[in-house]
Amino acid sequence: MLSGEERREIEMKLTDYPNKQAMSIESMLIVQRHRGWVSDESLRDLSELLGLSVADLDGVATFYNLIRRKPVGRHVALLCDSVSCWIMGCERVRDQLCSSLGTPLGGTTADGRFTLLPIVCLGACDRAPAMMIDGKLHEDLDEQRIEEVLAQYE
Amino acid sequence: MEKPLTGNFRADKEAVSLAEYERAGGYQGLRAALLMAPADVTELVKRSNLRGRGGAGFPTGMKWSFVPMGEDAPHPKYLVANADEMEPGTFKDRALMERDPHQLIEGMIVSAYAIDADIGYIFLRGEYERSYERLARAIAEAEARNYLGHNILGSGYSLILHLHMSAGRYICGEETALLNALEGKRAHPRTKPPFPQVSGLWGKPTIVQNVETLCNVHHIVNKGPEWFHGLSKTEDGGTKIYGVSGKVKRPGLWELPMGTPMREILEDHAGGMREGLRFRGVLPGGASTDFLVEEHLDTPMDYGNVQKAGSRLGTGTMVVLDDQTCPVGMVWNLEHFFAQESCGWCTPCWSGLAWTEKILFAMEQGKGSIHDLETLSFQTKFLAPGNTFCAFAPGAVEPLQSALKYFADDFRRHIDEQRCPWRQ
Ligand SMILES: Cc1cc2nc3c(=O)[nH]c(=O)nc-3n(C[C@H](O)[C@H](O)[C@H](O)COP(=O)(O)O)c2cc1C
Ligand code: SF4
Ligand code: FES
Repeated sequence: MLSGEERREIEMKLTDYPNKQAMSIESMLIVQRHRGWVSDESLRDLSELLGLSVADLDGVATFYNLIRRKPVGRHVALLCDSVSCWIMGCERVRDQLCSSLGTPLGGTTADGRFTLLPIVCLGACDRAPAMMIDGKLHEDLDEQRIEEVLAQYE
Repeated sequence: MEKPLTGNFRADKEAVSLAEYERAGGYQGLRAALLMAPADVTELVKRSNLRGRGGAGFPTGMKWSFVPMGEDAPHPKYLVANADEMEPGTFKDRALMERDPHQLIEGMIVSAYAIDADIGYIFLRGEYERSYERLARAIAEAEARNYLGHNILGSGYSLILHLHMSAGRYICGEETALLNALEGKRAHPRTKPPFPQVSGLWGKPTIVQNVETLCNVHHIVNKGPEWFHGLSKTEDGGTKIYGVSGKVKRPGLWELPMGTPMREILEDHAGGMREGLRFRGVLPGGASTDFLVEEHLDTPMDYGNVQKAGSRLGTGTMVVLDDQTCPVGMVWNLEHFFAQESCGWCTPCWSGLAWTEKILFAMEQGKGSIHDLETLSFQTKFLAPGNTFCAFAPGAVEPLQSALKYFADDFRRHIDEQRCPWRQ
């Protein structure tokens, strides 16, 4: 069931649009902010709230990479793999992240601490390689910086 | 040198506050615009020769003149700021939004007034959370001062501005795909015509404009088209936010006169190549622009001259290739991006780009064959303008086609030696 807060946030944002369909993406983002991901149950709840079919909502969910249909760890690390970061050595950063955390790209650590995902250019190309953890940008990554950054997240 | 777009940026990278913005002359352009007829604002923008900073360079004032005006015009009309910035190598709109959010808001209000729009949206990419917070606060401040909302500053004109958080996918930046995304659908592009200016969001007249483009508009109204021409070194008016990334000494962003030579940006501002590295090439305007090489270094960075050199100004943010980075690997990285981001609507694009990526990957792994070069060159023609549903695919093959031309020897070495010469 949607929480009162989720429902309130969605209903407030609904007034930005002339119809409920326009809320499909942001409503899923709101649920995700509270729960980390969008479950089948959440889709059914949103379908009822917005008057859209579950299939339509899932069609939208599967198009957009920032909507997650699987559970994630406590922290989500998005590692940029686009061109400027590639030139500046993001493959090395990726290998170190994977071995440090013990999970491949796309995976979640056994203790549920981190989910590690690739992302396209984060708009920090002058400070490459870059990654984003829980919405916060970390730049100029190298072997040492990575360990410092990871240590900030319980 | 005048820097209308970045001159107010704070050294500590915090957002310019409303008070600071107003003290520096902020919202004067809006006051000036409200005293004019909307058509006169459009006329000023036309005369300024402002061209779109999102990649295509379409003349802004001309685009606005296609919007139906007057009593019979359909309403609500919409103005959308394209803040989806996802072109790899591009990082200018984020700076504009984070560091001077009121500038974008004022630019939007004046632009909306010119086309008599009722509702504005800022279509923001999902990862830009700091931009979201700062814009949300600035919108609330602007509402509290009646720069937004009902009967703005007593003028009789009203505008509501909303912030829309997107959820990823590069194709959302294509303006008709963006409209579908805003309507809550999968972001496939739409057929044109009808053009969004006539039938866009929910079938109503809609203008979509890049963040940097919009940030110029109220300055033009405030100081005039002649002033705007004077900022530029060429016939395209204004300044441009140029950026450099890659292995240069000082990667960064600089607001400079439109038409500043590439060499000056790379050497004087970015400090030239890092010690021990040589320049081999550059994507002048993001991932979807053709490589330029040493012989082009004196090209003035404006729309016409970069095109004459065989590429596009694009977003004006350059990605530099050095001599110790593999050009084939770089092109593989780019095509990996495009293959992943294809929206899947039309076959030449989703299939052709996946094929292209696979070939380049094999080459990097030492498994290239001489026939691959033909196949790659065939793909660049198959995905050329006119052969796919939208401009995504032609952009995707621009770096490939130019790499095949300028770095032919490097492709050959990968095949002849059955390995990537840059990997140990
Ligand atoms: C695949 C694709 C992605 C695009 N992404 C963006 C983008 O992120 N931001 C942007 O302003 N324009 C983008 N554009 C260009 C827009 O379609 C549109 O031309 C632009 O927003 C118009 O604004 P302007 O005239 O102010 O540049 C993209 C175009 C294509 C084909
Ligand atoms: S060219 Fe590519 S991105 Fe554009 S509509 Fe076709 S499949 Fe989609
Ligand atoms: S390419 Fe990684 S931040 Fe732009």
